Amino acid sequence: MSDFLKFGRRKTPSPSPATASSSSGNTTINVTDGTLIPGTGERSILSAWNISFFGAMALIVILPLVSPKPYLDILAFVPDGLAATFGVTIVSIVFALCLGLLAGLGRIAKTKSVNLIATVYVEVIRGIPLLVQLFYIYYALGPILHLKGPASAILAMSVCYGAYMGEIFRAGIQSISKGQMEAALALGMSRTQALWRVILPQTVKVILPPIGNEFIALLKDSSLVSILAISDLLRRGREYASTTFNYLPAYTIVALIYLVMTLFFSRLVGIMEVRLRNHERKHN
Amino acid sequence: MNESIIRIKGAKKNFGTTQALKGVDLEIAKGEVILVIGPSGSGKSTLLRCVNRLEHLDSGEIWVEDDCVTSQHANIRKIREEVGMVFQSFNLFPHLTAAENIALSPTIVLKDGKAEVKERVRSLLARVGLSDKEYAYPEQLSGGQQQRVAIARALAMKPKIMLFDEPTSALDPEMIKEVLDVMLDLAKEGMTMMVVSHEMGFARAAADRVVFMDEGLIIEAAPPDELFAHPKEERTLRFLNHIL
Repeated sequence: MSDFLKFGRRKTPSPSPATASSSSGNTTINVTDGTLIPGTGERSILSAWNISFFGAMALIVILPLVSPKPYLDILAFVPDGLAATFGVTIVSIVFALCLGLLAGLGRIAKTKSVNLIATVYVEVIRGIPLLVQLFYIYYALGPILHLKGPASAILAMSVCYGAYMGEIFRAGIQSISKGQMEAALALGMSRTQALWRVILPQTVKVILPPIGNEFIALLKDSSLVSILAISDLLRRGREYASTTFNYLPAYTIVALIYLVMTLFFSRLVGIMEVRLRNHERKHN
Repeated sequence: MNESIIRIKGAKKNFGTTQALKGVDLEIAKGEVILVIGPSGSGKSTLLRCVNRLEHLDSGEIWVEDDCVTSQHANIRKIREEVGMVFQSFNLFPHLTAAENIALSPTIVLKDGKAEVKERVRSLLARVGLSDKEYAYPEQLSGGQQQRVAIARALAMKPKIMLFDEPTSALDPEMIKEVLDVMLDLAKEGMTMMVVSHEMGFARAAADRVVFMDEGLIIEAAPPDELFAHPKEERTLRFLNHIL
């Protein structure tokens, strides 16, 4: 079941994840943000993750040492944007989780109208590119709703990622065996009580890794908000570049910082995934 | 033993095109222990699951005491508080310890006091012989131990009726006895029990009646010695020859 949760990164308009299995069930095509994470057997220093991560770190240190003139200036100028990048990412992921829980519950609801609303939300949002949604909320709805840049950015990212989170919650809840709900109901619990006390606590363990992957994807996609006049990491790089015309050094540093962050978090998610799996195996 | 606590009248249930129940009538008296046997697909588990409405009947009625389970207006949660159920696959909550599994429903459904629930959990664990497993998680327990915790969990709601859906079918042979012993004690204490199982030893020791079902119908019902020794129906005899 948890294979179902190794979500292919979106851009899949259909509810099926981009995880393909052959009829024998052995072939798995996995397109998450964690593909660089070394497998358990792979301990080589020359693993793809090590090369990418430490290579990027080294470049961030060496470039300013070798030619401090643009690079050191950029390194001093750009980190202001990190706060904005993380701010938007973290606030959005919190709202996206809330929306996702609602959407996921809606998708499995027995009430037809609730189910329909949740499904339409998920399908519509997943069918529209995030950049278009950002434009739509900021430029088209912004004047009507009186939303400023950061608010539009957070709203758009939350609504968009809420749809993907909804699918993760749905799959997570459905991965819990039917007997759990039956046992809870047979003990006199209401559906709501069973959900909060029995089903969701078990779901958390299953959905943590895919949610970690969504966090990384959101961190990367947060660079899109730079078009809404928010001084995030990318925008700071652009500001520097447009005043000094040092495009190559500026965007190189921006790219390297994104890469280091993404690799760091995907490693973290990978470790978490292995821990959860081992925990499960130990107890079975 | 005359007063019926469960009354099933003309119970019919379809799953798609298969008829699981084709019109079952059964009355169970207070304190009676009923063993339901029959080949797989005969509808015995379905019948059991309709009593606490885990499955809905298509037509017919089921009454538990004065409440009609099958009515639209039935307060099904209230009825389920009085009807405990034990499953083939235990269905313990894996994120909770044995004690928490037992305490959860009395705490959040019956809203009983903390101290009282704690005391009840202790005595129930002692009753099923697992006093030392209070803090164990289900995955740290054997199948037999898990099933005994599941029985304790159902009993914590102080039910008047207990339903057992093949309680020993998923167990290794050496663990069956420890579960049956708990059930036997329960039967001796006068609990009304409806048990879907092929444990003939349990039937002889505890059952008041054995009900034989086939193809969605009750073929015959009789006290165990009578049914096992002198089945009236050809089909019953054929089935008994298979399993005895």
